[in-house]
Amino acid sequence: MTQTTLTDFRAAPPAGSTRRDRRRALYWSYFFLVVFVVFFLTPPIYMLITSLKTSQEISAASSPWWVFDPTLRNYTELLTSSVFLTFMRNSAVISLAVVIVTMLISIPAAFALSRMRFWGSATLATGVFLTYLIPDTLLFIPLYKIFAWLNEVTGIEFLNQWWLMIIIYPTLTVPFCTWIMIGYFASIPKELDEAALIDGAGYFQTLTRIFIPVALPGIIAATIFAFTVAWAQFLYPMAFTTSTDQLVLPVGIVTTLIKGDVFNWGQIMTGALLGAAPPLIIYAFLMDYYIAGLTAGATKG
Amino acid sequence: MAEVSLRKVVKHYDSTPAVRGIDLEIADKEFIVLVGPSGCGKSTTLRMIAGLEDISAGEIAIGGQVVNDVPPKDRDIAMVFQNYALYPHMSVAENMSFALRLKNVPKAEIAARVDKAASILEITDLLARKPKQLSGGQRQRVAMGRAIVRDPKVFLFDEPLSNLDAKLRVQMRTEIKRVHQKVRTTTVYVTHDQVEAMTLADRVVVMNAGIIEQVGTPIEVYHQPATKFVAGFIGSPAMNFIPVSLEASGDGLRVRLTRELAFEVPTERAARYRDFVGREKLLLGLRPENIADQRGALSAGQRVFQIGIDVAEPMGMDTLVHFTANGAEVCGRVSAHASVRAGESCTLAADMAHMHLINDLSGRVL
Repeated sequence: MTQTTLTDFRAAPPAGSTRRDRRRALYWSYFFLVVFVVFFLTPPIYMLITSLKTSQEISAASSPWWVFDPTLRNYTELLTSSVFLTFMRNSAVISLAVVIVTMLISIPAAFALSRMRFWGSATLATGVFLTYLIPDTLLFIPLYKIFAWLNEVTGIEFLNQWWLMIIIYPTLTVPFCTWIMIGYFASIPKELDEAALIDGAGYFQTLTRIFIPVALPGIIAATIFAFTVAWAQFLYPMAFTTSTDQLVLPVGIVTTLIKGDVFNWGQIMTGALLGAAPPLIIYAFLMDYYIAGLTAGATKG
Repeated sequence: MAEVSLRKVVKHYDSTPAVRGIDLEIADKEFIVLVGPSGCGKSTTLRMIAGLEDISAGEIAIGGQVVNDVPPKDRDIAMVFQNYALYPHMSVAENMSFALRLKNVPKAEIAARVDKAASILEITDLLARKPKQLSGGQRQRVAMGRAIVRDPKVFLFDEPLSNLDAKLRVQMRTEIKRVHQKVRTTTVYVTHDQVEAMTLADRVVVMNAGIIEQVGTPIEVYHQPATKFVAGFIGSPAMNFIPVSLEASGDGLRVRLTRELAFEVPTERAARYRDFVGREKLLLGLRPENIADQRGALSAGQRVFQIGIDVAEPMGMDTLVHFTANGAEVCGRVSAHASVRAGESCTLAADMAHMHLINDLSGRVL
C-alpha cells in the first residue's frame, strides 16, 4: 500500500486510476468472501438437505445435494421425543445459569482487578488469563477426581447430575469473560469513576450505575461468549454425565442417535441443526444491539 | 461555602516527591488559581483537596474540619475535570442530577435545582441530550452544571479549559468568571496557563517543583514577583533577565549591562539595593512593555539607549523587538508606528521604575 501511495505522489497518475484500483480491490475482496462463504456454509447446507430426507433416500445412491422426496418427519419425530426435549431443556437451563453465574463473578472481579488497586492485583489479573490457557482436556480428570472425593466426604451425589455443569463450566467462562471485562473497564477513563466518587457513589454504585451501563457492549460480548461455550461444551458432560435424562444436547445426540454402528443420519443432522439454532438466533439478535452499543456508548464523554 | 486550609501538606509517590510542604489559607468564597508548569504539583494538590489522593504528611481542612481521612463523597466538594468526565450513558439532566439522586433528594427539588443551574449556564435546551451530542464548550458547561447543582462547599477545577480551542477557551474563561460572580463559592482552579490565572483569580498561587513560590493577587505577582521563577512565569512575553553588575555612582546606584551601557537606578530604589553593590550574579529583570520606544516626554524612570535590533515582530497593536544585551536575549515592546527594522539601530527607553534586581544564585527578587 505504501508502495502505491509513493508512486501516486511522484508521478501524477492518470485520472480514474484510483477508481480502477478500488474496483480491483473490490473484486478480490468479493472473490475471497465467496470462497469463505462456500467453505463455511457447505456443512450446514449439507446438514439441512440431509435433515429433510428419509432414511431410505439418504442410504440410496442419489445426489447428496438434492432432496427428491422432502419430508419433515425427522423434525416432528425429534421435537415430539421426550428424550430430545430433555436434552434441550438441560442445555438451555445449564447455559442460562452459566451465563448468570459467570457474569455475577466476572463483572465484579474485573471491576476490582481493573480499578481497586490492591496488593497483587496486577499479578492476579495475569493469573486469571493464564488459567484460561489451561485446556479443558487437562482439567476433566482432576475435576472428576475432586467431585468423586467430594461425594465421599459430603455424601452428595455430584457425578451424573446435569446441574454439576453449572458448577464446572464457569471454570472455562469466568477467566476469559473477566479478561474481556478488564479490557473494557480499562478503556473507561479514570476521571469517570473519580467523578462518580466525588458525586457520592460508593464502589458498588460506581459499578452498577456507571461501569455496567458504559461497558454494556463488552458485557454483551462476554455474555455471548459464555453462552456459546456453555451451549457447545461436549467433553465435560460426556465425562461427567451418563444417564439419558442428565445429558445435554451435543452429547445426547451422539449417544442416543448412534446405536452401535447404526447411524440415524437424518435425525443426527436435524438434532445438530436444532442445536445450532439458539446461538445463531442470539448472535443475530444481539449483534445489532452490540454494534449500536459500540457506537452510542463510546466511553469518552 | 467554606474556607480551605492546607498545612505543611506533602505528597510523595514511592520516593519521588510531588508536593513538598505547602501552606495555604483559602478564604470563604475566594477564587484561588494554582498555576505552574507541568509536574509542579498543582494537580496533585487539587486532587488531595478532593480526596482522590492520599496525603503523605500534613493536614487539609475544609470549613474548619480536618478531612485527611474523609472520603471524597463526604467532603462536600465538586470537581470539574479536564476531559469533563461526563457519564456517557446519561442525559445532561441525569448527569447533573446524579449526585442528588444518590443522596435521595426529593425529585421536585432535583428538578428545580437542575433547572436553576441550567439557566445560569444557559444549557436549558440541552438537558435531554447525551454528552456525545454536545460540542466541547457545551460539555464544559454541563460539567460545571454538575458541580453547581450540588451547591458544594468548594469547587475544584482541574485544567478545565485545556481541551478547548483557543477562541472557545477565552469565551469559557469569561463564562467561569461570570458564574463565580453569580454562584459565590470557594473555588480552587488549576491551570498551566498564566493568562487564565491572571484573569480569573482573586489570588494566584504560583507553584514550582512541589512548593509554592508566591501567593498574591494577580497584580502583586505581576508587579512584585517574589522569585525569579514567578517573574519569568507570569507575563507574556516573559520578563527579560539581563546579567548586570551594580555599582555606585555618586549618591545613586547604577546597573551596568555592558561597558557602554548602564542605567541609573531610580533614587527611591537605591536604598533597597545599596547592600548589593559589587555582588556577583545579579540579574536585571525588566518586562518587555518597560522597554519601549520614546513616546513624548520621558518619565522619571526612563533611560534612553541605542541598540541594534535583531528581529522585529509586528503584532498589530504593537511591535516586539528583540536585541542582545550582555549575552542575554532581550525583548521590548514598541509602538506599532515606531520605525524599527531588523539589523538597524534604534533608540529605546528602559523604564527603570519597573526594574527588578534578582539574585541569580538564590533566585530571590531583591
